[in-house]
Amino acid sequence: MSLSLDDYRDAKLVRNALMELRSVMTRPWVIMEICGGQTHAIMQYGLDQLLPKELELVHGPGCPVCVTPLELVDKAIAIASRPEVIFCSFGDMLRVPGSNEDLFSVRAKTGNVRVVYSPLDAVKIAQENPGKEVVFFAIGFETTAPVNAASVIQAKNLGLKNYSILVSQVCVPPAMEAILSSPDNRVQGFLAAGHVCSVMGYWEYHPIAAKYQIPIVITGFEPLDLVRGITQCIKQLEKSQHFVENAYERVVTEKGNLPAQQMIERIYAPVDRNWRGIGSIPLSGWGLRSEYNDFNAETCFDIASIVVHESEVCIAGEILRGIKKPNQCPAFRVLCDPTRPLGAPMVSSEGACSAYYRYSVNSGN
Amino acid sequence: MVSHNTPSFTTASCPVPLPHNAQIVMGHGSGGRMTRDLINQVFKPLFSNSFLDAGNDFASLPVPNGELVISTDNHVVSPLFFPGGDIGRLAVCGTVNDIAVSGANPLYLTAGFILEEGLSIETLGCIVESMREACEESGVKIISGDTKVVEKGRCDGLYINTTGIGWKPVDLCIHGANARPGDSVLITGTVADHGMAVLSARGELALESEIQSDVSPLNGLVVDLLKAAPGVHVLRDPTRGGLATTLNEIALQSNCEIILDEKTIPITRPVKTCCEMLGFDPLYVANEGKLVIILPSEQVQSALDALWKHPFGRNSALIGSISEKVNPRVLLKTLIGGTRILDMLSGEMLPRIC
Repeated sequence: MSLSLDDYRDAKLVRNALMELRSVMTRPWVIMEICGGQTHAIMQYGLDQLLPKELELVHGPGCPVCVTPLELVDKAIAIASRPEVIFCSFGDMLRVPGSNEDLFSVRAKTGNVRVVYSPLDAVKIAQENPGKEVVFFAIGFETTAPVNAASVIQAKNLGLKNYSILVSQVCVPPAMEAILSSPDNRVQGFLAAGHVCSVMGYWEYHPIAAKYQIPIVITGFEPLDLVRGITQCIKQLEKSQHFVENAYERVVTEKGNLPAQQMIERIYAPVDRNWRGIGSIPLSGWGLRSEYNDFNAETCFDIASIVVHESEVCIAGEILRGIKKPNQCPAFRVLCDPTRPLGAPMVSSEGACSAYYRYSVNSGN
Repeated sequence: MVSHNTPSFTTASCPVPLPHNAQIVMGHGSGGRMTRDLINQVFKPLFSNSFLDAGNDFASLPVPNGELVISTDNHVVSPLFFPGGDIGRLAVCGTVNDIAVSGANPLYLTAGFILEEGLSIETLGCIVESMREACEESGVKIISGDTKVVEKGRCDGLYINTTGIGWKPVDLCIHGANARPGDSVLITGTVADHGMAVLSARGELALESEIQSDVSPLNGLVVDLLKAAPGVHVLRDPTRGGLATTLNEIALQSNCEIILDEKTIPITRPVKTCCEMLGFDPLYVANEGKLVIILPSEQVQSALDALWKHPFGRNSALIGSISEKVNPRVLLKTLIGGTRILDMLSGEMLPRIC
């Protein structure tokens, strides 16, 4: 019998699933949920209080805003400050602090920054404003990559000469490997990001599960999805198993969305990427292929000389790698809150710190 | 492969941003924490007096035989027309409601118009007609007005300021600092209708919906409510910042802990779906035709019976209570039985990325 969306939030079904989880769990385990959307669902529904105390969930780097490197935020601000530019971005990026200011401030000063819901809206703005250079801040994981790529194809088909994208496109599997190969890694099992897998499938994860001998369970975002994903992961851990399992079958298939993958492949090539708080990870993201240089904001604008000053105030890096929890940060709630964020995890609506700040009853005041 | 070039895990990095206290950003108009900070930073130190410091959307001034209640509001909605209303209806209802939540009877409005060069007279006519209808519906008169015209590009069509005057008896004591332990919390209908209707009407979402704004004058509903439940402690219309922000303001003013039960909060299916798609929390989305009511629990049933009979109160519901704790915060019991903090809106509400 198929369940409705409401069933995935049903108190009784969730309670039963939690009972099953308790019955299979015999000792403490540490599991990382990769995606910021999962972190938020856990906190938003108060699921953290209902899970067995011996289960430790650590929050992964799967928040596109949080991991976008400072250097690219500064580049975005430099481009957005130019008078000939209309700079388009997903809303969350406006609040991310650059070295000296954020895109909100640029918008307040110049009026040239626009929040869009899709890069295709930015293409439309480029069409309507032939005298302006329209730049889209193409951030995100595999989930945003296809539509960001589609915007370039659409701009090209329309013959637009005034559209470009500033790319900060990252991928989940290399980040998982980076976390697992770190000497201070504590993660024993992964809940893989359901939405990312809806695009990419989960064929990429088999080698990781095998190499690091770690269970990887593709997991959704509703409370019942999360409890089921956790339960499947714990079952593997208890039996010393390690394979890739799909607990989000209503959305995800092994192969994923092939046309979307082809769209990514056509426009992007793998590149090394800097992850804020983690550092450079080889081949962990995508950049525009050279034949699309005309649509690459980094080549269209002279921003190569931007030098970045990162200070070390908060523990965002450790939080993004699952080593610490947001409420273990000395700045949490004291110096750092969503209106005065010290770090990106407090900024984004998917960031772990903002989830703790907004929802957690036990996070200290 | 990462084996030969493992990333450095030693340099956690976070820059300290500029706080937004040097220039106005959109978040200052959100009705949440940034709005509050702006008022505290710029206005309060210079204008402080007992009327403003009470922190309500209205001021009650003692006069012989009662109190005059005064409130003012600016209306800058875009687009000017949206499903369920327009800026004219909003300008009348917004101020009528701010008066009505003191328990007063709204009587008179003033209206100030800032018009943009190029605005069509026909459009203006439609908006003014809509104001007339809303005045008739709520029984108020516009008794003074002003118009100014600014150059094209200096405003977005038109802005309207309305100031309202009402009257109430001295012994009626309904205000934000009056919530008490054991009280119950009611809402007079579905949340987030206005905000989502306006957002859909902007046409930026590539998403069409049937969502109608709830913009309505609530003074009639307040009269019916107070007849049935004369012991009401707090009334407020949860506009900008939504139900969550309004309840946080009340928790701060009354120094009380408010506990809501998520499953009892009324919301329509289209609004819920729209919010989920965009990553908005409906509890932070604006309402323009709803009341939050805080009252002694023994009057809940008679209040609900009266509200259900009124066209603007048909979906009224009991959604929470004031706990015994002296701790100014709002907690939400979630659908699955967890508990979380429901904080004030932090800045501008932003749609999620993926």
